[in-house]
Amino acid sequence: MFTPSHFTAVLLFSLFASTVFGITQRDTPQRMFRYGLYCFGLFVGSVIVLSWVMYLIAR
Amino acid sequence: MASTPNKPNAAAPAQQGFIFLPLIAGWLVPGAGHFLLRKWWRGTLLAISIVCMFALGLAMQGRLYANAHDILEMLGLLGDLGSGLLYIVGRVMGLGADSIQLTVADWGTRFIVVAGLLNIIAAVDAHNLRTGRKS
Repeated sequence: MFTPSHFTAVLLFSLFASTVFGITQRDTPQRMFRYGLYCFGLFVGSVIVLSWVMYLIAR
Repeated sequence: MASTPNKPNAAAPAQQGFIFLPLIAGWLVPGAGHFLLRKWWRGTLLAISIVCMFALGLAMQGRLYANAHDILEMLGLLGDLGSGLLYIVGRVMGLGADSIQLTVADWGTRFIVVAGLLNIIAAVDAHNLRTGRKS
């Protein structure tokens, strides 16, 4: 059984989802790569921000 | 009244035949729609992403939805069905957990559902390439 940490799971999820978003939502390879990178950053960044928000709310 | 034949769209691909074939092939096998259109590297990256996500979901003891007793299960089943043959093979082979007992298994279930949804996006992209809406 594969038991990743929560953050590893987030990174894997973000990587695969961003790859599909980049390829399907843009036309040229360069724009695909940049959009995929943008989506990956948004996924991971929003998880980190929301995690801190939930941590502060729970205190 | 004489009618002039429609001029072919300049952006439309040269392939002839059943226009929904890339859509259906892409749904059944991740990336196959792009392979049919000779978009080799796009299809390869899509196939790797979707198959890995589905396989990781199963490796995390995620659940393959089999019935739809309530609205959430119905939505999960719809997402799972997006994986096409991956879902069917998984169900036939009895893969996936029967019930979710670990947090990791819950993440795995989400991985499987999202893999199906991403596969639908990829299949629609293949259809758009086939019809010339996208290059």
